[in-house]
Amino acid sequence: MPRPDPPDVSRFTCPAPLADDPHIVLGHGGGGTLSRELIEHVFLPAFTNPLLAGLGDSTVVDLAADLAGGGRLVLSTDSYVVRPLFFPGGSIGDLAVNGTVNDLAMSGGRPRYLTAGFIVEEGLPIGTLAEVAARMGRAAAAAGVMIVTGDTKVVERGHGDGVYINTAGVGIVPPGITIGPEAVRPGDVVLASGTVGDHGMAIMSVREGLSFEAEIASDTAPLHGLVAAMLAACPAIRLLRDPTRGGVATSLGEIAAATGLGIEIDERAVPIRPAVAAACEILGLDPLQVANEGKLLAVVPGGAAAAILAAMRGHEHGRDAVAIGRVVDGHPRRVVMRTRIGATRIVPMPLGEQLPRIC
Amino acid sequence: MKHLAEYRDADTARRLAAEIRRVATRPWALMEVCGGQTHSIIRNGVDQLLPPEVELIHGPGCPVCVTPLETIDRALGIAATPGVIFCSFGDMLRVPGSRDNLLAVKARGADVRVVYSPLDAVTLARTHSDREVVFLAIGFETTAPANAMAVKLARQQGLANFSLLVSHVLVPPAIEAIMRSPGNRVNAFLAAGHVCSVMGTWQYPPLAARFRVPIVVTGFEPLDLLEGIRRAVVQLEAGRHDVENAYARVVTELGNEAAQRVIAEVFAPVDRAWRGIGVIPASGWRLADAYRDFDAELRFAVGDVTAVESPLCRSGDVLKGTLKPNQCPAFGRECTPRTPLGATMVSSEGACAAYYHAGRRVEPATAGATHASS
Repeated sequence: MPRPDPPDVSRFTCPAPLADDPHIVLGHGGGGTLSRELIEHVFLPAFTNPLLAGLGDSTVVDLAADLAGGGRLVLSTDSYVVRPLFFPGGSIGDLAVNGTVNDLAMSGGRPRYLTAGFIVEEGLPIGTLAEVAARMGRAAAAAGVMIVTGDTKVVERGHGDGVYINTAGVGIVPPGITIGPEAVRPGDVVLASGTVGDHGMAIMSVREGLSFEAEIASDTAPLHGLVAAMLAACPAIRLLRDPTRGGVATSLGEIAAATGLGIEIDERAVPIRPAVAAACEILGLDPLQVANEGKLLAVVPGGAAAAILAAMRGHEHGRDAVAIGRVVDGHPRRVVMRTRIGATRIVPMPLGEQLPRIC
Repeated sequence: MKHLAEYRDADTARRLAAEIRRVATRPWALMEVCGGQTHSIIRNGVDQLLPPEVELIHGPGCPVCVTPLETIDRALGIAATPGVIFCSFGDMLRVPGSRDNLLAVKARGADVRVVYSPLDAVTLARTHSDREVVFLAIGFETTAPANAMAVKLARQQGLANFSLLVSHVLVPPAIEAIMRSPGNRVNAFLAAGHVCSVMGTWQYPPLAARFRVPIVVTGFEPLDLLEGIRRAVVQLEAGRHDVENAYARVVTELGNEAAQRVIAEVFAPVDRAWRGIGVIPASGWRLADAYRDFDAELRFAVGDVTAVESPLCRSGDVLKGTLKPNQCPAFGRECTPRTPLGATMVSSEGACAAYYHAGRRVEPATAGATHASS
């Protein structure tokens, strides 16, 4: 008779009930017994790893092996505020991990460790916080990073949108990789790793109670694997950006400003899902200004573009990668788009939040 | 979206543009009435495909832009009133009043909400019976049916806490005012397709005849616009001045008669001030007497609010078509989307904002000569 598989204890959650209320109270941020219980019942089960288990004020990590031979540290931090906390395709927990992972990846970094700070609103169901933490844990595991230290504060009811999360990340940039605007040259090609505008329209459709024929899902995903595949195909990638808030228009505008060069893109080449394009038409929004959470823009040497594109398309997060434009020395610091009907217009950076139009 | 792609085809656009070049022998000034058309022209670069003979003048058809300053100040006053939920379409939020805009009032604690339909505001009134819910009902004939339905629905549901701040404006009186204005250069109109989908085309033949001006009902996609322009130029070259429907997939002669009946029941004509232009007789709608109890101006006693425009802002000349946005001395200097002096720089449909966002501060370096922006 075959022996049963050994039990999987990695997702074990302590069944002992939390004291009293199933909602967050101010005391959960007070550092006492309630705080301890919250960590033990909510965060530790979600973020299981040996470094966190020590529960000290800080965590010591050993990067000597990673840094040997000329590797360099890359650091980043980002705060996540999103309403609703859960949306098609992801949650604030996924964003909090993938967002910081992607910021590290845009420097060519391999993400290793994350910290997590939570600002929780009094009255949030503890089950909701546990689900957010569980999603973070799963996203971290999928991205191959460890959440090694954290903090929780509670603010009075009405002073927060359920939960805000800050994550900071540490990664390693391998030797020989230099990604930055100073390397960009006229003739370089601009690549997009896939369809644009998915995340922003997913959020908008749930936030505003709009339903479209096809559900639009957030594209939140960790991109360092894709970046590694691209760097393997060509270590001389010039520049990487993840077009989050402000969308592709903002990222391209920033690249043009940072390099002092012009960028020319072809409207017909920019990949947009039909459902996203339709939703943008209805609301009067420009998909180029809508946020992405699992896409990157790459500026690459013209001669290497085909090889890099092939590498991207072989990766799960780059299947729809295409060239959308190129770097030019005409119209310095401006992004110009060739429109569908063959005219041109300048692509502006959005001022702030996009507002839906009247008609 | 397949449907839309048909009207954005580059080859057909080039063919239509070539046809316009072939037909046009003299200089003509065409006014597209609707801000949505202006936006599409600039966004797609339609004007860059036209021969130098054909000039597009951007008309006063942006409801956000022509809403008078007084109305904005009244909206700000009502929105700041404790207990009020103030509902508006999104692009009214940044429009400057005398001192503030709705976003600033919201930031100071007012309950200002963006809705996508006035019916959403009615729902809010039902679910917040202890609050006054006010909807800012602006727009041309296009938005009027839904606003009228909202009032009817509120009455049916006995919602005493719902009201409208109305500043509706109408296209035909605006066309008449433009044709009568001393500096007028307009030779033909591209009438607003969406307005005509509600009102039909029957209002326009008397205008075309009286002012001997071609009026071509035109849609919003690049090919719609090029076809409307082509038909207007053909008429001008032939010395005709007819009403033509180049948007027949949406617009009929009689329009949406059910919508027109609801409008006639709920609204009544009124002389309306247009921001930057002035009062045009019978150019707007107010709530009809039978529905005056839903009028926010009466409920909140803001009827006597008056306001003064920035002396630098020349949006009136832009709206009348006598000044291109980038010919205004304040354009891109004192007046930018971040520091707008007039509503034409705020609304995404406003001509000044359309020029600014499309980078018409400078000539697109890769474009040919674009006379419309010179």
